[in-house]
Amino acid sequence: MTTCNLIPECCRHSGDDALTVEDYGRALPRWCLGCGDHAILAAVQRFCRDEQLPPEKTVCVSGIGCSSRFPHYMETYGFHGIHGRALPIAEGIKMARPELNVFVSTGDGDCCSIGAAHWIHAIRYNMDMTVLLHDNEIYGLTKKQASPTSPRGLTTNTTPRGSYLNPLNPLSATLGVANVSFVAQAVDWIPDILHEIIRMAYHHKGFSFVRILQRCPAYLPNTFEARVKDPSSVRLLTHEDGLVPTPAIARVYGNQEEHDPLDIHRAREIASVSDPIPVGILYRDPAVPRYEDSFDSDRTDTAETTGTALERELDKITIQASA
Amino acid sequence: MKTIDLPKSSTALREGNVRNLTEHVVEIVSDSGEGAQKCGQSFGTIAARMGYGVWTVEIIPAEIQPPARSVAGASGNRIRFASSPVTNGGDDADLVIALNEQVLLGRVGEMKPGCTILLENKWKDDPDSSVAGAYQRTVDDLDQAGFKVREVPMEEECLKHVSNARRGKNMFVLGLLCGIYEFDTQLAREQIESIFAKKSRAVIDANVGLLEAGFAWARENFDLRIRIPATRPDQPLVVANGNTAIALGIVASGMKTCAMYPITPATSASHYLSEIFEKVGGFVHQAEDEIAACCFAIGASYAGSCAVTITSGPGYSLKQEAIGLAVMAEIPLVVVNVQRGGPSTGQPTKVEQGDLLTTVFGSHGDAPKIVIAAASIEDCFYSIITARKIAETFNMVVVVLTDASLATAQTLFPRPRYDESWHAPPIDQSPVPKGALRYDWDPETGLARRFIPGQPNGMHAVTGLAHDRRSRVAYDPRINQEGLQNRSKKLVTLQKTLKTPPVFGDGEGDLLVVGWGSTRGAIEEAVRRVRSEGEKVSALHLRFIQPMPPGIGDILRRFERVLIVENNWSDRADGAGIDEDNRRYSALALLLRARYLVDADCWSEVMGQAIKPATIENVIREKLS
Ligand SMILES: Cc1ncc(C[n+]2csc(CCOP(=O)(O)OP(=O)(O)O)c2C)c(N)n1
Ligand code: SF4
Ligand SMILES: [Mg+2]
Repeated sequence: MTTCNLIPECCRHSGDDALTVEDYGRALPRWCLGCGDHAILAAVQRFCRDEQLPPEKTVCVSGIGCSSRFPHYMETYGFHGIHGRALPIAEGIKMARPELNVFVSTGDGDCCSIGAAHWIHAIRYNMDMTVLLHDNEIYGLTKKQASPTSPRGLTTNTTPRGSYLNPLNPLSATLGVANVSFVAQAVDWIPDILHEIIRMAYHHKGFSFVRILQRCPAYLPNTFEARVKDPSSVRLLTHEDGLVPTPAIARVYGNQEEHDPLDIHRAREIASVSDPIPVGILYRDPAVPRYEDSFDSDRTDTAETTGTALERELDKITIQASA
Repeated sequence: MKTIDLPKSSTALREGNVRNLTEHVVEIVSDSGEGAQKCGQSFGTIAARMGYGVWTVEIIPAEIQPPARSVAGASGNRIRFASSPVTNGGDDADLVIALNEQVLLGRVGEMKPGCTILLENKWKDDPDSSVAGAYQRTVDDLDQAGFKVREVPMEEECLKHVSNARRGKNMFVLGLLCGIYEFDTQLAREQIESIFAKKSRAVIDANVGLLEAGFAWARENFDLRIRIPATRPDQPLVVANGNTAIALGIVASGMKTCAMYPITPATSASHYLSEIFEKVGGFVHQAEDEIAACCFAIGASYAGSCAVTITSGPGYSLKQEAIGLAVMAEIPLVVVNVQRGGPSTGQPTKVEQGDLLTTVFGSHGDAPKIVIAAASIEDCFYSIITARKIAETFNMVVVVLTDASLATAQTLFPRPRYDESWHAPPIDQSPVPKGALRYDWDPETGLARRFIPGQPNGMHAVTGLAHDRRSRVAYDPRINQEGLQNRSKKLVTLQKTLKTPPVFGDGEGDLLVVGWGSTRGAIEEAVRRVRSEGEKVSALHLRFIQPMPPGIGDILRRFERVLIVENNWSDRADGAGIDEDNRRYSALALLLRARYLVDADCWSEVMGQAIKPATIENVIREKLS
């Protein structure tokens, strides 16, 4: 744990007080052994530890699904919501309390199917939050039904002859929406890069959308295996303003492309290719306005100011008593 | 009430032609866009400023731009004004002004026998013979039916003052009305100044000119005056419709977040609120749909800033799952449902009280929530303040029911005096004692303290899953039972604090008429009328529907018979094929019969408009006979 001994005030916790990774953990996760959600949880906890995020000022929000159990495993504030609605809940929290750190965990069914309308609009609102799409390309919690991101031909309990439709591409979809400001992709099996991308997502002031390819060994034991084993199945997107892989990572993942996160056209091209899997920051534009900034949140209204405002409104519709 | 007899020819005003009355119901109808609504609202405002009791009702076509001269396109306003305060729109119209005969046709059912009709006569000479023919036929038919049709050359008179008579004719009409009712023309001029405040002097002058022309024309050509004494109020009053009252109530309650998706007839509340919030702080979030709106409000409430979401029927249905989440996680939430005609898209602009049962029982599983029905426009204001307070005290969902009639009708009520205790407290950020449990349900009350993000030691994850006192997912069925019990107990706790509603009339008698929501004014007026003839009839009106205040059962049992009157569906007891085994009772009747085991009867209608006092009066008489 790095502590800030020079200027102790700059960190809420320093020295012996510093929070450890364990401090950010609550209950023992109940995900299957080998489930990619474990890796995502570990990356977020590690990130919180690195930044020493005050747990009481941090809120993890989710919908419903295996992945949406996430808030129960974080020793922060949490909101395990209803299926598909994590984003509007998170928006309400952020709007009421812009100073809170907001993380959203959502599954591919949760975000791209039942919550798709909210997803599109959340991109447009561009509120400052870090959104982790746990994309296992399947419905896990309800036991193996096709999801909008399931590859065509995948045999599931609702598609015995193989799924009939081409998958929806969450990266392309996100990059197509007005006000998109941050899009990245990570895979659960490269923890250092996952961690690094979460860090950059957090520090982007806006709606940071991170699609994470997440293994589901329970229902799709074969889908990810080949990709996990073969480092060339991943193409790292590197840039001085984006992902800068450590030498160790760079040695293993030699398939790389230099990509400027400001280049949305190239980002869209990259997004459209799924093999090899692009990993890194596809797009980032810090200049996109944030919805929460449209309202003056500093204005603290007291009973007194409210009373004055109310009286002023009432004046306009008042009929005075006879003198 | 007697009808007015307008002589056909201009004669000097004789004393006998002055009618001294205590109230009148006036309607102004036109094609949409001709300004009948503005004229009616202005007339209502002038009446209010003169000291009359006033109740205005909007006449709204279903479409934005219905075809001209169509029956369904009637747009306008109905104004009931009286010497004493009025609590509802009253009965059929005494006097109607129409800018063409077609818009009148759909209104005939709302006119008193012998009602006076002032009709624009330009259609008589319309170059299109089918128009001229339709006009003449309608005038003849109305005459035949006993209405007193008075043809007025409105266009012709207006053209003496302006080049385009279509714009401004409504102010000529306002002048006519001021002439007939001997209104204060200075107030009328001021009203025009205020409506056109943002327009040029020339526009204001032209409209004042038309007003004066209308006034003079009425004076010269009608030897009829209707005199209704006005009394200046002894306390300041405000004029508002129910949606305005709700918006003001939201501000007064200290809530800063209103999440909504546009839907008639709820939207205008958020229009007005958006404007006020610009000045006060706070914001209206127009979400992508009602589900998002409800979830957004829940998110804000969870984060410590109690929020409101406002909607109408279809949107209310969409919110159900999220409402259940707030119930389960015990997050305060205020939901306003401005009811309209249902089911489905139903009748968007029309009045109905069809959502009571879905509000009480809505959302799957046992989802206890508080239901308050505003009984008047004034009550719309106070109900929101009460709702916010209860929501935060009990960490519960509070639904405030109003309907299209309260939403769009305007009336007067005593000006509220701001009370600091209405205001939401600042967000609690004090540390939670170590080890404290989020759902540490009090065994007596079922209440548990909410922990708000930012409070040290309060970290927990709320969930819609069954959970234990730490908010951890519960796998033990006994924990589920415990949660349900405590959430239910909160209703009991609140119920014990409620006061028994007062009985209107004597505490016992032959018949008790029970209602809820917007029908209060009409029911009590009907009951007053039959009581004045010595009938032993009283009324009871419920504001809290869930929980029901104590003492209701005792009141019901003190009457020979109980009749519930509502604006929703019920089978008539004598309907074809209806018997006790299959009769569907109206919503409140179902609730009262089930809870109090009283053989209460019901009468209801779904005519898309407020129930008239005379209708209720007839129903009461029938029940008594
Ligand atoms: C309104 C509603 N519909 C359906 C469900 C059932 N359901 C729960 S999770 C889920 C899909 C989960 O898939 P995903 O979002 O991909 O999450 P995963 O379990 O794969 O992490 C469904 C359909 C529900 N809880 N609520
Ligand atoms: S079913 Fe799949 S997604 Fe769910 S916990 Fe198991 S491995 Fe993970
Ligand atoms: Mg999934």
